[in-house]
Amino acid sequence: MVQAPERTHSPRRRFRSLALLSGAAAIALLAAGCAGGSSSASNGEFGFPETEQQADSTITVWVDNTRVAAADAFKAANPDVPIDVVTYDGSANGSNSFQTKIQLFDKAKKGWPDVVWSTQTNDAAWASQTTPGSQPFAAQLDGGLVDSELIDGFTPGSLDPCTVDGKVYCLRNDLAQNVLWYDKTLFDQFGYTLPTTWEEYQELGEKVASEHPGYIIGAAGDAWTPEIYMWASKCQAGDVTAVREITVDTTSEECQRMADLLDTTIANGSVTTESVFSPSFVQKYAGKVLAMPGPVWYSGAIFNSPDSLNVPAGQIGAATPLTWDGEDVVTGNVGGGTWYISSHSANLASAKKFVEFAATSDEYQVELNPGLPAFAAAGEKWVAKQADSGYFAGDLSALTDSASLVWSGWGSPTFSQEAVWAKTVTPVITSGGTVSDTLEEWGQAIKDQAQVNGYKVG
Amino acid sequence: MTATVPDVEATAAAGVTPRLGRSPRRAGRASVRRSPVKNRMGYVFVSGYTVLMLVFGVFPALYALVLSVTTIDGSFAGFDNFAKVLGDYRFLPAVGHVAVYLVIWLVSLLVLVVLLALVVHAIRIRWLSNASRFIFYIPGALAGASSVMLWLFVLDPSVSPVGWLLEAFGFESFVQTINPANLPVVFTVIAFWTGAGGWIVIMYGALNNIPEEVMEAAKIDGANAVQTAVRIQLPMMKKWIAYMGIMSLAAGTQLFVEPQLLSQASNAVVANDYSLNQLAYLYAFQQNDFNGSAAISILLLVIALALSAFFVARGGLFEKD
Repeated sequence: MVQAPERTHSPRRRFRSLALLSGAAAIALLAAGCAGGSSSASNGEFGFPETEQQADSTITVWVDNTRVAAADAFKAANPDVPIDVVTYDGSANGSNSFQTKIQLFDKAKKGWPDVVWSTQTNDAAWASQTTPGSQPFAAQLDGGLVDSELIDGFTPGSLDPCTVDGKVYCLRNDLAQNVLWYDKTLFDQFGYTLPTTWEEYQELGEKVASEHPGYIIGAAGDAWTPEIYMWASKCQAGDVTAVREITVDTTSEECQRMADLLDTTIANGSVTTESVFSPSFVQKYAGKVLAMPGPVWYSGAIFNSPDSLNVPAGQIGAATPLTWDGEDVVTGNVGGGTWYISSHSANLASAKKFVEFAATSDEYQVELNPGLPAFAAAGEKWVAKQADSGYFAGDLSALTDSASLVWSGWGSPTFSQEAVWAKTVTPVITSGGTVSDTLEEWGQAIKDQAQVNGYKVG
Repeated sequence: MTATVPDVEATAAAGVTPRLGRSPRRAGRASVRRSPVKNRMGYVFVSGYTVLMLVFGVFPALYALVLSVTTIDGSFAGFDNFAKVLGDYRFLPAVGHVAVYLVIWLVSLLVLVVLLALVVHAIRIRWLSNASRFIFYIPGALAGASSVMLWLFVLDPSVSPVGWLLEAFGFESFVQTINPANLPVVFTVIAFWTGAGGWIVIMYGALNNIPEEVMEAAKIDGANAVQTAVRIQLPMMKKWIAYMGIMSLAAGTQLFVEPQLLSQASNAVVANDYSLNQLAYLYAFQQNDFNGSAAISILLLVIALALSAFFVARGGLFEKD
């Protein structure tokens, strides 16, 4: 019924002019995008180009939910320093949001936060590098910005992940080296002695499997399994030898012996392939964890946590990391957060004040930090405080003693070693396969990943 | 009423049949509206869409095209970026993952949605028909990411309400359920659960559009329900099915949220380079290679356009009745 309206122009012509117009608009927008402003930077006194400093300007601080406490403590201690706290996911669980956001700011050439918290230890690998058109995001800290005495006060080796080409780009918040967690009550009950070597650990696993099936002495279902087991065995999964060079050899004797240990203990059930953070882990193993090699933060995250195993006070102890018979004790490391200062900050003085407070002050590190402080003086006080709490069985000297035992042959490349393991090995061992059979494939996956991320693989 | 009589002729002359009881002035204005003013209104109505399409569709696509043929410092790169991403060891597996997922998903979507719509349409009990459409539609009301979050729990045998079913399939832990080999089916189930309800409602509408006389004629000719469905309803729904195919294809090639969230939730057991879009994301934000990322996007665009053209041609989507 509706009559077609009379047209003065043919629709096709109109469409064509519209298309032309949109094309022109697009090109104009493109040109505008390309002509984005260039930053005016002069060479600064601390080893990186600084932007013009504005004293008393507000600094933007990015923290995750847990680290809001650090920002609050800073505000209470420094009410005169204006800070703007922004909560983000802390780049946790491989979200990589820290790098993602910074790269967008690099493109936009503005918007960088002044201080950033990251739960990852490998961010310095990219944050210390120039991106096309932009200077490295991370400010070099040991070029005079942070006092050298303060940097020297960190536990030896704890700043390794922050160090690229001999320069320090971040301050470590907490240590995350592995120790041997054990349940003293269960050991006494079963009449077992604590293992000190991996050989004894494997024997213990065999004994537990036959005498007390259902009890476990470790977990290998998480992405950080290689950092607990392979790292401690000096397996050469990724030795970062230069800024963009890495050596990978996963078929070495060091890797093979640990793979065999895992295969034996997984097969007899004394090591589980459940993730320690899965609900089924808690269902199956609450009260049945005899021992567990794992990072220092397992104490709060797993043993003394109502959401996890919730082991009663007086049972859990920490022992020195295991070693292979006749070798020096070394251990691995799982995470441990880091603090960064932006090289683009217009108020480096305030940013430095914040990071120094968060990483070294007793107000935050001893009183509020859920993990073991990397700053040595704070770390000792933190351990003493934990020991006083009465939760742990025995003393906690293993925590401080093992702090500098992290094997330095396992580097922190820009990509996630955890993700490579989770993708190639975890699906195999959770469906009945063996670690030994995947060693080669695992190594190849690391090499491939290194290559696409611009590493020269040796 | 008498006042309207003198105007009837005028409005009739303007090509409009006046309705009884309508005031002559309104009828007169209606006739004006169909002339160029209304014509122009049409453009106003589509302008909002056009502007958004240009800003968020056409312009980014052009920008990606420019990026994909340039280097990081802006000089012309030819097909280097394409060669680079095609040679990436992650590219072909990602293509494979998306292709397998697309095949399983599109086939199951087309078959099951049409079947369910036919069944729901055939239900003569009014409340049951209404209720089933409503129930089908509910999951679609959840936003994409939040429905994936829900599925994280459904897929974990220890907390899942259908844990017994997962265990019957031999899955005893979350990691076993999301084993890479199961992922295309897992993503299909998630996508079907979130998206199919909306399509069932649309197909139901399409079935309602089939004239009653045609259906009656089929019945008189002795066609049973299956024959009616195959000979009458399916051919008359062809365009709607093609439309569903295109929209779902476009969404399916862009698989991202499901593997990305599963990757984070499983601590990377589901790889963060599972799909092509994830790979593009990694290129841009982990390798800081926006040009390579753009090359992947352009490849995706070309493939999606080609497949859509197939659906348009086969479904007769642009043909006039």
